[in-house]
Amino acid sequence: MAILQLKKVSRHFEIKSGFVAKRFQGQPDRKIKAVEGVNFSLEQNEVVGIAGESGCGKSTTCMMIAGLLPPSSGEIIYDDKRIDQMGVEDLRWYRSQVQMIFQDPYESLNPRFRVFDTVAEGPRALKLYPETEIADRTEDMLKSVGLSLEKYADRYPHELSGGERQRVGIASALVMEPRMVIADEPLSMLDVSIRAGILDLLKDLAKQRHFSCIYVSHDLSILGHIADRLMIMYLGQAMEIGPTWDVIQNPQHPYTKALINAVPVPDPRVRRPVPEIKGDISRPIDPPPGCRFQSRCPHADQTCGENFITLQSTADAHHHAACHRLKEL
Amino acid sequence: MSRNRVLRVKNLSVRYQTQKGPVHAVNDVTFDVFENEVFGIAGESGCGKSTLIRSLMRLLPDSALVTASEITLSGQNLQSMPDKNFREEILWSKMSLVPQSAMNSLNPVYRVGHQVVEAIQAHRAISKAAARNRVAELFDVVGLQADLMDNYPHEFSGGMRQRAMIAMSLALDPGLIVMDEPTTGLDVLVQERILRRIREIRSQISSSIILITHDIAVIAEMSDRIGVMYGGSLMEQAPAIDLFESPCHPYTLGLKNAFPSIRNKGQELISIPGSPPTLIGESSECSFLERCPFKAEECSKEFPAIEKLAEFHEVRCFRHKEAPKLRELASNKATWLSSN
Amino acid sequence: MAAKTRGNALVNIKRLLQEHYQIITSNRLSATGLLFIVIFMVVAIFAPWIAPNDPWEMMYDSSGEFASLRSPSWQFPLGTTHLGYDLFSQLILATRTTLLIGSVSGGISILIGANIGLISGYYGGKIDEVLMRFTDILYGMPFLPFIIVLISLFGRRLEFIILAIVLIIWRTSARVIRAQTISIKQRQFIAAAKARGCSDFRIIYRHILPNVLPLLLLYAAFNIAWSVITEASASFLGFGDGETISWGGMLYELWLSGKTRVAWWWFAAPSICIVLLVTSLVFVSRAYEEVANPRLRKR
Repeated sequence: MAILQLKKVSRHFEIKSGFVAKRFQGQPDRKIKAVEGVNFSLEQNEVVGIAGESGCGKSTTCMMIAGLLPPSSGEIIYDDKRIDQMGVEDLRWYRSQVQMIFQDPYESLNPRFRVFDTVAEGPRALKLYPETEIADRTEDMLKSVGLSLEKYADRYPHELSGGERQRVGIASALVMEPRMVIADEPLSMLDVSIRAGILDLLKDLAKQRHFSCIYVSHDLSILGHIADRLMIMYLGQAMEIGPTWDVIQNPQHPYTKALINAVPVPDPRVRRPVPEIKGDISRPIDPPPGCRFQSRCPHADQTCGENFITLQSTADAHHHAACHRLKEL
Repeated sequence: MSRNRVLRVKNLSVRYQTQKGPVHAVNDVTFDVFENEVFGIAGESGCGKSTLIRSLMRLLPDSALVTASEITLSGQNLQSMPDKNFREEILWSKMSLVPQSAMNSLNPVYRVGHQVVEAIQAHRAISKAAARNRVAELFDVVGLQADLMDNYPHEFSGGMRQRAMIAMSLALDPGLIVMDEPTTGLDVLVQERILRRIREIRSQISSSIILITHDIAVIAEMSDRIGVMYGGSLMEQAPAIDLFESPCHPYTLGLKNAFPSIRNKGQELISIPGSPPTLIGESSECSFLERCPFKAEECSKEFPAIEKLAEFHEVRCFRHKEAPKLRELASNKATWLSSN
Repeated sequence: MAAKTRGNALVNIKRLLQEHYQIITSNRLSATGLLFIVIFMVVAIFAPWIAPNDPWEMMYDSSGEFASLRSPSWQFPLGTTHLGYDLFSQLILATRTTLLIGSVSGGISILIGANIGLISGYYGGKIDEVLMRFTDILYGMPFLPFIIVLISLFGRRLEFIILAIVLIIWRTSARVIRAQTISIKQRQFIAAAKARGCSDFRIIYRHILPNVLPLLLLYAAFNIAWSVITEASASFLGFGDGETISWGGMLYELWLSGKTRVAWWWFAAPSICIVLLVTSLVFVSRAYEEVANPRLRKR
């Protein structure tokens, strides 16, 4: 059974026009449609990757799932409960069930908190356990991310390396024993030589501690190594979703094809095909109806501008793409 | 293979004096750049690649002590040249820089075209109209429409600003262009377009390029020869294909294992345990010693000298002769885990 | 086990004090400032025991002559007033009043300013709007007419002088701390704290407050310095407490006596003390300025 379900979730932000522009120049307020009609579900013990360029809505989606941002419309259902309708008590419970690992380990740790206090902060804030138990659990957690209590407990974030900081970030999320973890590009700020270690750590802990994970990244090569399923987003719309390597090796949507062809390969002998794509990415401000990729799509026709079809099955029942011309292409 | 040498750097070192002691940011680096080639320098944050470039461009603060036995650009000795002459005769016209986060290097209050015109007029005595024509040409080369010249930087996207900076670096036909992380922070499709553009530019003009990046995939695709930096030293340099087919330095082996590829399902990623050295204080040991699974006794006694394996393949490692064996061992995860 | 002793309040406070001691003493100027402040504090606390004479007693010199307007000598180290009061004793007791007014009004104003700044900055929206417009109104209030009205309504009492100073001073610290709070609340570690389930109260006082602390201490020192100056000005204009004596009050007495041109010593001692204390406070605050704004730090 799915632990989390998103049903037609959208999030719009209003850009208010200035007083003069509105009153005298007749400029109406505009809308950023950051996320539009996204459906997807996360199964127990599954890692789903969300990929896309900046402005594709992946971070907004995460914020909504984490309960930090309410959706403008649609339903987010966790364990049969709609999180946007939760009361204070339920929300507290939900916050202990869902944890986030942030992108920037330099920014996501409070510079005035020592490592021990950073990790212990979640259980202390929610008063999950008595203080002595919090101390024990914090110690265990630090150990399982490879940081010894003696050496690290009293350090401040500026006394740690990037990799150590990200380990602290992971520990402070997992000490809450979450059932679902949202990881927002946790490796993008780290050096290549230590990324694999953090990736392995996350994989191992997911197995040991049985949590589901939503892993957001712009880096498809990394997603290939951690995600079971992959969702590709473009300007707020979900374009394709399916088992990770099916999507990577057999992309169906024209955008996914372009994106995958654009990823550089660490081998000088490989020559990639030129991605088929036109123009530059825009921002989802008052977007025209229909598919948001149509203006850049080499295969766009008239129907693409009329309406956006949400994800539909390809030849494989688990692999879905949102394109009118799926069968012809 | 004998080609014209554009840049020769020999035994370049950069030191800083800090409160915690001397920092050897760059340590005895020697390399050449030949005509019409891309020399890639790969390395992680803090490995000294940016300091190396800044020392060549004379952009380091006065507290930095730069020493070298030779720095020549197209046969001209740069070491003895006073700063003033360097700025007037070399910078931009013979060697130009696309700086790190070039996207933010444009002055927000001037039109983009105007900034390039200024750069040209500062070095060449030509009319404004002629300079503008040149800018239009350059914009065309980097794939920007000429009428965008009169826009302000904030009206450009990140990728467009980056292309404008590349246009500026091409303005005076320098023989050598240094690009410091030219695509870092850009989306993958934008990056792809800029890389493709750089490749096209290369086929049109005869400039050589030094490309610096932490992204192994970008460097692999773009470079003819690659140098791998670690802890302030150039650990290995070789033609791109040789470096990927027969790497010799343990750090190169480690990097290769750690970098994921989208073409390689089921690839096992192996990270290098530990973290880079701080480079503070005097040290005679190999800077990779602490993280190296193949360290031998002599590694802690002195820093290995440059060994020449083939005409363009050089490595700083005592155990370079055992390379095939090490390569095999390095592909096993247990090798790396057991070292710490 | 080390983990068990963690969270011990005493240990934490000790660690905190050590850190702040290090911040201040790492800079020569602020260390000197701290030294002077400690001296002033000791003088203030033990004033009645240190002062050799009653400040309101007419003094006679060893030969039995009335000691009016004497310049500094061994018997009267800082000289005497036209009524023969010992200025050294007056100065020591005045230190007590000045420091009391300075620290109480400085402390209360930073307390109010910090809380209003934190709440206004953190919540934003309507709360911010209301609090900041209130602050704007206070900005429009001139100090002198305000204190004149207050004193003429309630009399020359210490409490009202403190009240007047507090009401005038807190606004700037509120503004500055609000601005800092707004910039800190947008940082990712605040989002991280929210995601861990921290309440607003906990985020404000446990996560944001330690990050504005250097700035807060900087403004605390400023506020105390300003309180001292403001009190001196008010006292000099005759709006001080009539019952006690302060440095500003001493200068007021000098002005009343009409001996300004003659008794340079009467003028010198309280003025030097005011300048010294205010400068010391500013020097200490400079140490925090470096912490609050690392770009000022020497490389």
